[in-house]
Amino acid sequence: MNTIYILWLRQLKRYVRSKSRLVGSLGQPILFLVALGYGFGPVYQQAGQGSYLQYLTPGIIGMSIIFTSVFSGMEVIWDRQFGFLKETMVAPVSRVSIMLGRTLGGATVATCQGTIVLIISVIAGFRPERLAFIPFAIATMLLIALLFTSLGTAIASILTDMQGFQLIVNFLIMPLFFLSGSMFPLKGLPPVIMTIATLDPLTYGVDALRGFLIGASHFPIQLDLFVVAAVTLFFVGLGSYLFTKIEV
Amino acid sequence: MSIISVNHLVKTFNDLNAVDDISFSVEAGEIFAFLGPNGAGKSTTIKMLTTLLRPTSGSIELNGFNPVREPDDVRRSFGIVFQDPSLDDELTAWENLEFHGVLYGVPKVVRRERMRRLLSVVELDDRRDSLVKTFSGGMKRRLEIARGLLHHPKILFLDEPTLGLDPQTRNRMWSYVEHLNAEEGVTVFFTTHYMEEAERVARRIAIIDHGKIIASGSADDLKAETKTASLEGAFLALTGDAIREEEGGALDRMRFARRMHGHR
Repeated sequence: MNTIYILWLRQLKRYVRSKSRLVGSLGQPILFLVALGYGFGPVYQQAGQGSYLQYLTPGIIGMSIIFTSVFSGMEVIWDRQFGFLKETMVAPVSRVSIMLGRTLGGATVATCQGTIVLIISVIAGFRPERLAFIPFAIATMLLIALLFTSLGTAIASILTDMQGFQLIVNFLIMPLFFLSGSMFPLKGLPPVIMTIATLDPLTYGVDALRGFLIGASHFPIQLDLFVVAAVTLFFVGLGSYLFTKIEV
Repeated sequence: MSIISVNHLVKTFNDLNAVDDISFSVEAGEIFAFLGPNGAGKSTTIKMLTTLLRPTSGSIELNGFNPVREPDDVRRSFGIVFQDPSLDDELTAWENLEFHGVLYGVPKVVRRERMRRLLSVVELDDRRDSLVKTFSGGMKRRLEIARGLLHHPKILFLDEPTLGLDPQTRNRMWSYVEHLNAEEGVTVFFTTHYMEEAERVARRIAIIDHGKIIASGSADDLKAETKTASLEGAFLALTGDAIREEEGGALDRMRFARRMHGHR
């Protein structure tokens, strides 16, 4: 328990201290929110779909969470290269608890980022449907964050250096985000895109966020949460397994 | 009484015998130097002793425990200062120690007391709340030594601990290690490329090359055996004077980059 706590605390301290990372990682979601939200707003409205900013915001929250959490998980690579991983690997504690502490820490950081994006969206004009559902939305963010932090850890346990990083960003995170229905409704999509979207766990995460934040979701919220929780369990297991296999 | 005993230890990577059937033992309270050219098998041996790598065959006993079957008991028995820094640069000196103490289950009151004492021993008490990234190489080493001792280990592993340190810092570090060995009876197992260090502090020396232990004994024994005047002479007589290339993996590239350009 103490192990998990101290590793969680470490992630949080690193997050709070690196102001440039905090500000830097908000740049992208704000740009998307403003450029797309305001830019496509009129077209979306003319198509009879209502406010695009309302629709887009949960997607952008999902985006900031997936980026932050995969990168948090992948910090294992930095720790390996800068030596700190060895300090944890020779400690008399189980590697699974190390992995869980890191994952919870990374997921907490990503949830904070998501919450900050939510606040910024409100400033930009987003209006949550019901304030009482905000805690549920935040809990959903945490669940999505856990999923992708463990995915990041799993990837980092296999990669030995940052060479493959760009590959992961362009061929994993970008497609997961762009094909998740974060930016467009799932109705009336070409079958190929629809199939990909239904296989993308972020689709369900963002859909659940929409359910809680704007009161409209494509799938039933229970189904969304069930899928995200099941995939999260799978990746936590996979991440733990791969993490225990790391040799430093 | 031997606190480390290694019997017919082998580690094979693909077809290469990195460690090829070595046996040796280290007595409790001893300062033991493990020397060898680059790529001789030193680090691989240390990794097996410290539970980071599983042996291909052979057995290890460390403080009465088996690193494969009882890794946690072994881990509690030693402290280690790695060849490369292994501190978290984004945390303060105090937080790095706190992190270590919690991982090793040192109770809070005891932990805080030891942290204060160790920081004053390594003369970092006035910098306890500074982020480690602001520390010089020597300060980081000292902090790592303090951290390696926080859980009161029986054995202290030092893997090239003085690499890149100036003579003043090296001298201070060894004085401190000798003091610790004399006062607390901590067994010290170290590697180095500086022969004068090994000659000065080690009671016993083993030389490994191409995965095999080719000589062991006191510095005087080794000099007598090779009829040379210095340990450096003995070392070269035993291992030859061809230059060894270390295999360059990603970690090595990072390590060199860091040494050349300073830290992150």
